[in-house]
Amino acid sequence: MPVEMITGNQAAALAAQRAGVDLVAAYPITPQTAIVEYLAEFWARGELGGEFVSVESEYAALACSSGAAALGARTFSATSSHGLAYMHEMLHWCAGARYPMVLVNVNRALGAPWCLEPDQGDSLSQRDTGWLQLYCANAQEIFDTILQAFALAETIMIPCMVVFDGFYLSHTYEAVEVPDQETVRRFLQPPSFDPPLVPGRHANLHALTTGEVQTGLIRERHRVMQGAAAVLAEIDTRFQAVFQRGYGALAAEIPAGAKTVVLAAGSCAETVRWHLPHLAGTGLINLRMFRPFPGDILCRMLEEKAVERVVVVDRNCSPGVGGILAQELKAALYRMAQPPVVHDLLLAGGIDFTPRMLTEALAEKRASARSAEIWGVELS
Amino acid sequence: MIGENKGQVTEMLYPGHFACPGCGAALTVRYLTRALGEDLVVVITASCWSIIAGVPPLTALKCPILHCPFPSAGAVGGGVRRGLDVKGAHGTTVVVLAGDGGTFDIGLQALSGAAQRNENFIFVCYDNEAYMNTGMQTSSATPYGARTNTAPYPLFKEGRKKDIIQIMSAHGIPYAATATVAFPDDLEQKFRKAKEIEGFRFIHVLSPCPPGWGVESAETIQISRLAVETCFFPLYEIIDGGSMQLTYRPPVQKKLEQYLSAQRRYSGLHEQQLEKLQQDVDRHWEKLLRLSGRS
Repeated sequence: MPVEMITGNQAAALAAQRAGVDLVAAYPITPQTAIVEYLAEFWARGELGGEFVSVESEYAALACSSGAAALGARTFSATSSHGLAYMHEMLHWCAGARYPMVLVNVNRALGAPWCLEPDQGDSLSQRDTGWLQLYCANAQEIFDTILQAFALAETIMIPCMVVFDGFYLSHTYEAVEVPDQETVRRFLQPPSFDPPLVPGRHANLHALTTGEVQTGLIRERHRVMQGAAAVLAEIDTRFQAVFQRGYGALAAEIPAGAKTVVLAAGSCAETVRWHLPHLAGTGLINLRMFRPFPGDILCRMLEEKAVERVVVVDRNCSPGVGGILAQELKAALYRMAQPPVVHDLLLAGGIDFTPRMLTEALAEKRASARSAEIWGVELS
Repeated sequence: MIGENKGQVTEMLYPGHFACPGCGAALTVRYLTRALGEDLVVVITASCWSIIAGVPPLTALKCPILHCPFPSAGAVGGGVRRGLDVKGAHGTTVVVLAGDGGTFDIGLQALSGAAQRNENFIFVCYDNEAYMNTGMQTSSATPYGARTNTAPYPLFKEGRKKDIIQIMSAHGIPYAATATVAFPDDLEQKFRKAKEIEGFRFIHVLSPCPPGWGVESAETIQISRLAVETCFFPLYEIIDGGSMQLTYRPPVQKKLEQYLSAQRRYSGLHEQQLEKLQQDVDRHWEKLLRLSGRS
């Protein structure tokens, strides 16, 4: 399979192109901009089918996509930070409307003040919008996850956000296997979901309704979301059959006898993975799926391995509460009889996460507390 | 009878819709859908029509309706058009319905973006000159001097109404026109014409709101006609952002006071406010006559 040296942004654009998208509507924002430019280049060269729309805002990017998705088109867009925040209303709407669209978010801190660092709070704070959220640890995962995201979204009719860190992934060159469109077709066929909007078919779509009807619709979405990790696992199996690699809802490397596990999402997980050989008695959980949160899978894994402490790398902070990944994890651990201690390494603002930082966080002697926050760590 | 085929014309608006009696917005859509025919997709943004369209499984129109969030109409309209093209349904007409709020205020950015890209659909602003669905709050389409629930007595709307048709035709769009319900032939003719044109088409329809404007529900047509006869709301069209022509010229320009005094929302206006309004109307009308080469 051809291997190319490309950035995360290139991997994202290539994945959308190989997926045979019908419509791309996007608006530029650092550090996502190159994705839009690459797609525009494909379009200019006639290598991107369908429609390419340079819209006037991120809000319009999602609104325009929604109109096409209503007719059964496969749509793709990408954004970051303030752009994602600006889409907020449309995020809710598209999830409620069950449009199976794919949206990339390249993590970047939200102002004020202006800051370009890859704080993950932009996407994590959209956790209740009803979108699936998948995080990528390297450029290969970006390419692969976008293909899987289309398959997942169109299977369960829930929109999917594919997330990766600004600069560390968006701008770093890595070797990525980029299959041709024909090979991709063996995994991902053209969209065949039933669109709600069909010319000539009378319907009053997404019109005013009662609380009772809305309850039913939300309950249905909730149940579908609860089963999403299992569907992703099936899709991952199909993916492996074609591409000989796979991931699952979360990827764990927990050596026998490891008492401590580091849980991270995005490029932080990759940093931990590379450093793992130097950390005795420590494992890694790369949290690939954040929405829905794979709590059952996590608890089962922690119980089986008798893990005593989880250090969560949270490149975000919900002020007054703490790291969002740690909050989610702690809520999931409530069902365990003997839950592990949770230490939360807070890297809000998107500061760099180094192996040294990890070593120092792991050395923190606060194991007696049920949970503790570690703000960055002192670097000597 | 409404809802049945009368020879050439198919009524697309079902009886039993949720509009108030005498609603100008309901009439507007009845006429325009009649002109556009059945191969139609109607996109509706948050407005009175979000209610008028009915609660599913009921529907007020004999064609697919897609509701969308308040600021999104222009962008969703473009997406639907492109989605239809992707699926090969090139012949289906897309019409977006927005109130004045969804056009002049919260929807302006998406509207301008769609117009600038020359997206291939018809955008209709049914203008009832305030946020009527939420019970009459000031919008930037509310005329100077009108009272609303956010400009209650002794206040009144201070700023002028935006000249939306000038704003839109300044985008160089292929077709922009005004219309109102007292002139249904003119209205339907404009929509039939718009249907045959490719690209972005904008039609601004003055749609009286009896409870909001303070007129009887039987007076909708009279007040709509007075708006035209006083030159408060002239009927015209602009092709390609350039050539402008009046489609109706009142034989005699009636005094604006006749139009204003018939509506409770203008009650208690001072003499000098009336004068200012009359001057604005006269200046605008002279400009239109000049532009149309009729002065």
